[in-house]
Amino acid sequence: MKKNLRNQIILIAGVLVVFLYGIFGMPSGFSGTDLVQALTKRIHLGLDLQGGAHLILQVHVQDAVNDETTNTIQDIESDLHKNNLTFSQVYKPDPNKPEVIRVEGTAPAQSGAVSSLLQSDRYSNEYEVAEGDNNTWTLTMKPIYERDLDQRTVQQAISTITDRVNSLGVTEPQIAPYGLGANQILVELPGVSDMNQVKAMIRSTLRLEIHAVVGGPFPTQQAALASVNGVLPPDQEILPAEGDLAGANGSGSYYILQRAAIVAGSEFRSATPGTNPNTGQRDVNFTLTDEAGDKFWDFTSANVGKYMAVVMGSTVREVAVIKEPIRDSGVIEGSFSPDEVEALSKLLRSGSLPASLSYIDENTVGPTLGADSTRDGVTAAMVGMLLVFIFMLIYYKGSGINADLALFLNLVILLGFMGFTSATLTLPGIAGVILTIGMGVDSNVLVFERIREEIRAGKAAAAAVDQGFAHAWTTIFDTHVTTMVSSAFLFIFGTGPVRGFATTLVFGLAANLFTSVYVSRVIFEAHLNKLKPGEMVSI
Amino acid sequence: MEFFHDVKVDWLGKKWYFLAFSMIFSISGVISMAWHAHTIGSPLPLGVDFKGGTQVTVEFKQPPDVAQIRHAIDAAGLKNAETTTLGGGAPNEVLIGLPEQMNEQALDTGRAEIENALREHYSGNFNVRSVQVVGPTVGHQLEKQAALATLYSLLGMLVYLWFRFQLIYGVAAVVACFHDTLITVGAFALTNRELTLTVIAAILTLIGYSMNDTIVVFDRIRENLRISRRESLPDLVNRSINQTLSRTVLTSGLTFLTVLSLFVFGGQVLSGFSFALVVGILIGTYSSIAVASPMLVAWQEWRANKGKASALPAARRGR
Repeated sequence: MKKNLRNQIILIAGVLVVFLYGIFGMPSGFSGTDLVQALTKRIHLGLDLQGGAHLILQVHVQDAVNDETTNTIQDIESDLHKNNLTFSQVYKPDPNKPEVIRVEGTAPAQSGAVSSLLQSDRYSNEYEVAEGDNNTWTLTMKPIYERDLDQRTVQQAISTITDRVNSLGVTEPQIAPYGLGANQILVELPGVSDMNQVKAMIRSTLRLEIHAVVGGPFPTQQAALASVNGVLPPDQEILPAEGDLAGANGSGSYYILQRAAIVAGSEFRSATPGTNPNTGQRDVNFTLTDEAGDKFWDFTSANVGKYMAVVMGSTVREVAVIKEPIRDSGVIEGSFSPDEVEALSKLLRSGSLPASLSYIDENTVGPTLGADSTRDGVTAAMVGMLLVFIFMLIYYKGSGINADLALFLNLVILLGFMGFTSATLTLPGIAGVILTIGMGVDSNVLVFERIREEIRAGKAAAAAVDQGFAHAWTTIFDTHVTTMVSSAFLFIFGTGPVRGFATTLVFGLAANLFTSVYVSRVIFEAHLNKLKPGEMVSI
Repeated sequence: MEFFHDVKVDWLGKKWYFLAFSMIFSISGVISMAWHAHTIGSPLPLGVDFKGGTQVTVEFKQPPDVAQIRHAIDAAGLKNAETTTLGGGAPNEVLIGLPEQMNEQALDTGRAEIENALREHYSGNFNVRSVQVVGPTVGHQLEKQAALATLYSLLGMLVYLWFRFQLIYGVAAVVACFHDTLITVGAFALTNRELTLTVIAAILTLIGYSMNDTIVVFDRIRENLRISRRESLPDLVNRSINQTLSRTVLTSGLTFLTVLSLFVFGGQVLSGFSFALVVGILIGTYSSIAVASPMLVAWQEWRANKGKASALPAARRGR
């Protein structure tokens, strides 16, 4: 038996070392600060403890659908031209349903040719084509294709946001699809305390677009509408201007623009800030992708002398005259402030977003609250632990040490688990640790009370200990499993902080099964070995 | 040292007192919830993660003049803002809330406007501790999640207990858990505390804890049923409770100590959570003795009156 016992003790010591490693890794030294540093590298603090922002963004995938159908419209128009097929217009009849395209005014004699053009693979793979009355054709994007497009859009948005967040210098951000709703993204930015920084992030999710200018500037929206006799064609829109462009009192310049952008979003390949050598004003040098460059060349060649507008976030930022055809690189001049130029360059450099985003949830914890919460949580944990330790010592005397040792190992294993799995410790997580202490000691109490009962019934030390563990085991198992079941549901259905709680509770209970039964037993055995015949355990 | 030496209390005999006690607290809780539902439209004050809207927690260097803050916010055009103080625990803190916005685009501007309004009047002599902006989409999703989690938890435990014991044990335990949840939630209504996601987590935990406790007593009842076939059921149940009393009170006491420590030292953010646990642990212990066990006996006596088998199922199974 002695050798068996020795092996068991070695096993427990091994477990202790392994999980200590889980907590601290290889610390650079053994001083207090070194250990704390090693600890915080292994165990991640949740946003509620280190401060930071938790945001949920809705991706307006309609924008991507819109872009796609706009491109298709241009393709249809050029195809019809190439085949000498007449038509009056190709457009989206309902701006709220960008997935529907209408072709109108085709010649009745050519309807066969139009039909075969539209039914060709190029369009029919993506769209359901239907012929309507009066020489109209309706193309509706197929739901499967649209869903696929949505998914790709979300993925692209995630990678763009990741680039931008990295360029902001945020450490360990988390950007991922958010499971609960359709087309939502979760962004967690630890340590971001300046909410204006977060706001700048908000700004930078806006899309950059270039539109053709139809009319303007007008002092009010009504004046703009009046210029077209109150009826705005469906393919045009009225947008306000911002910045210096807006006029002396800062508001009230409106332009009528073509709704469809010439180039937009991800068609910009890059942008760098520069200075106009003549005026000394800041500007932005941009380049477009090759495909976009072709489109832009077509547009600018056909519209020399006319105006184009740079639109960001549904406001006109700059209006410029097209002096000559531009292919894929150009300059955006205008009254941008240095910060804006920097932001614009950054956002273009990191790739444009395929769709616009809006915030539907935000939870920001400032650093002072984070620090306070950490301090409070740790204090509560220490006090709770101390109370339990002392009580066990007083009530169970010698065996109390046994319980305290098992509890201590329990905590080491729990924290070690968290270190190994890179789990996040949140404030409710600390509460989970505290609860683990309380529930962990339950198992010890169960066993010890049973042992006391057996001793009262007259059994000798070894038999009493044996019976105590045997009877208590089923109850310990049952109680742990039920609590773990409810924690599992908490984990599945909970969000960040609540998940942290479920995690620590589950790990703690699992560790407790090991410490309160196996480790406690081994310590008892070690103690029993030293007893003289007839002597009783101290309990 | 031993607290409970040879206890011989007739617990089942006191069941009418227990019933009265439970009824008083349940009913006053329900009345309080009904009153809340009448005045504010929900049975409990809801935290912002369920209610939706904006909540900004701001800390000033000294206890601030709330009226002045309200005036400043009002002047900035935020007409529906609600400004409250946290009172005792954090005298320098103020909560500024805006109601739920149907238009999610407008959510973020609310927070910005609050900050601007404050900056104008207090020019940086304040510190924004936390911001929560919850849109209606996410708010509803969270509500649904919380409800599902609670439901599945209870079902999961019922199934597990059915498997390990017999159905009646599972039902009695679930009824006891439901009783605990009702009284704890009632306590929130009575003390006018907010229901947040972390509070739901606490309630799920106390359900697990109450189950724990009930299982310990049931395990002992089952063990005793196997050994003794002569004893009447009420006597056997009483004996089982007395035998486990020491363990029950000790564990509850120790867990209660740790949770109390959390309530006292754990800070503002966890106060709802720790309050739920403090109440829950007390009631959870009580319910194993006062609700689950009498229910077991009552069920058995009902079956006996109907002429069915007189032994409690566990004994026959011989497990």
